[in-house]
Amino acid sequence: MDKNQQTDRKAALEHYAELVHRFTPKSHLAQGCLRAFWVGGSICMLGQAIADVGASWLKLTTTSSLMLASVVLVFLTALLTGIGIFDKIAQYAGAGTVVPITGFANAMVSPAMEFKPEGWVLGTGARLFTIAGPVLVFGISSSVVVGVLYYFIRW
Amino acid sequence: MPQNRIGERTILFPHAPGILAAAAVVGPKEGKGPFGQAFDLVIDDPMYGQESYEQAEHAIYREACQRCCQKAGIETRDVQALLGGDLLNQIMAASLAARELEVPFLGLYGACSTMSESLILGAILTDGGYASPVICAAGSHFCTAERQYRFPLEYGGQRSLAAQWTVTGTGACLLSGEAETAMAHITGATIGQVVDMGINDASNMGAAMAPAAANTLLRHFQDTGRTPEDYDKIITGDLGQVGSDLLRELLKESGITLTKEKHLDCGLEIFDPKDDIHAGGSGCGCSASVLASHLLPRIHKGEWQRILFMATGALLSPTTSQQGETIPGVAHAVVIEGGK
Repeated sequence: MDKNQQTDRKAALEHYAELVHRFTPKSHLAQGCLRAFWVGGSICMLGQAIADVGASWLKLTTTSSLMLASVVLVFLTALLTGIGIFDKIAQYAGAGTVVPITGFANAMVSPAMEFKPEGWVLGTGARLFTIAGPVLVFGISSSVVVGVLYYFIRW
Repeated sequence: MPQNRIGERTILFPHAPGILAAAAVVGPKEGKGPFGQAFDLVIDDPMYGQESYEQAEHAIYREACQRCCQKAGIETRDVQALLGGDLLNQIMAASLAARELEVPFLGLYGACSTMSESLILGAILTDGGYASPVICAAGSHFCTAERQYRFPLEYGGQRSLAAQWTVTGTGACLLSGEAETAMAHITGATIGQVVDMGINDASNMGAAMAPAAANTLLRHFQDTGRTPEDYDKIITGDLGQVGSDLLRELLKESGITLTKEKHLDCGLEIFDPKDDIHAGGSGCGCSASVLASHLLPRIHKGEWQRILFMATGALLSPTTSQQGETIPGVAHAVVIEGGK
C-alpha cells in the first residue's frame, strides 16, 4: 500500500467505526447499575444475615460465622448453577452477581459441568480454572505485592 | 477468460441445476419461532438423546441430510457428494455425519457463510456434470458454539445488546443436474472476497460481516447489471439487527437502495421476537434452515420468482481474537430462481 492508499484505508476505517457506533445499541447504564445494586446488595445482605445467624444462634466465633456465610453462598450458587437458573439471574443482574463470592463460585462450577464430557482429568480437571484462573493468579499476586509493601511501610 | 463467467466475480450456471428437495432439523427454541411448523423436525431436547452436545449436533446434521434424500425419493447411498460444514473445530459435526452417511465428502468451512459456499460448489459439480445428486448442508448448535467461541453454558455473564444467538439446527438441500422436478434452480453466484473493516468486538459480528455483504452485493450488481428490483428478495444470512442496518447504510453510500421490505435477514426472522435474543440469530444453521424451510418453499409455490441468497460469515477464531486480531468477514451470493 502506498501512502495515499493508507490514508484512504484509515479514513474508511474511521468512517465505518462511526457507523458501527451509530447503529450498535448502547447498554442502559442507569438500569444496569440499579439492577446490579439491588441484586448485589441483596446477596450481601443475605451473607450478613447468615453470618449473624451463625454468631448469635449457633454461637460461632466471628471468623467462623463469616466463613459460614461464604460457604452457604457458594453452595447456593453452585446449586443454582447446576439446575440452570444462575445464568438467567446473572443476565438480569450483571455485576450484581459477578462481584460477590457468587460470581467466583459460578465461574468454577460452570466449566466443571461444561467440560465433563471430556472426562474427569482432561475435561473437568484441566478446564476447571479457565475462567476463575486469572482471578486467582492476579488476586494472589497482588496480595503478595501488598503484603511486601505492608512489611516495609506499616500504616 | 473462462466461459460461464460474467464480470469480475460472478459465475453463471448454463444448465441451472435444480434443488430437488430441502430439509431442516432444528432445536426447540427455533421451533417456537415463526417458521416452527415449516421445519421437518423440531427436536425437544438440545441433547437429542446423545452423550454430548457435539454428538447431538452431528446427529441433527445426519438427520437433516437423510430427510432431504427421503423427500427427494433418493437413497442416501446414491448421493455422489456431500458438501458441507459447521462451526466446530475441524468441522467435526459434518465429518461425523459423513462417517455415518457413507457418501463422498468434501468438508467446508466458511463460518456462517458455509451454506452459500456449499451451494455454489454443489452447483458447479452438478452443472459441470461431475456429480449428481449432491447434498449441500450446513449446521450449528447453540451449546457447542458457546463453548467454542465464548463461555461455558451456565456461566453467568451478561450478553451484549449487539450479541447474537447461535441457531441449533441443520439445513440441507439436494442438488441435481436433472432438474425437471426441482423446487428451484441455481442460475448464478458471486463469490465474495474477505473484507475486514477493523471490528474486533467478537460480540458484534453483524458489524464485522456487513462490509463483506455490501462488497459482494455491489460486485454482483456490477457484474450482472441487475439492481435490487430484479429480485423478489435479497436475503442475508445472519447480519442481525446491527449488521442489517449497517448493510443498508453502506449500500446507500454506494448509491444502491435496499429497502427493508426487499431485504430479509434470516437471523432476524428465525426466533420468536418475544425471546430475549438481542440482535438476532446466527450460526451456519441459521441461513441453512431458513433456506430449506421457508425460502425454497416460497419459490416452489411461485410466490417468488428470483431471490439472491447470501449467507454471511465472520471468520473469527477465539485464538486470533484474543491476540487482538480483527474479524474478517465473507459473504457469497447465490441466485435462486423458480421453474425454468
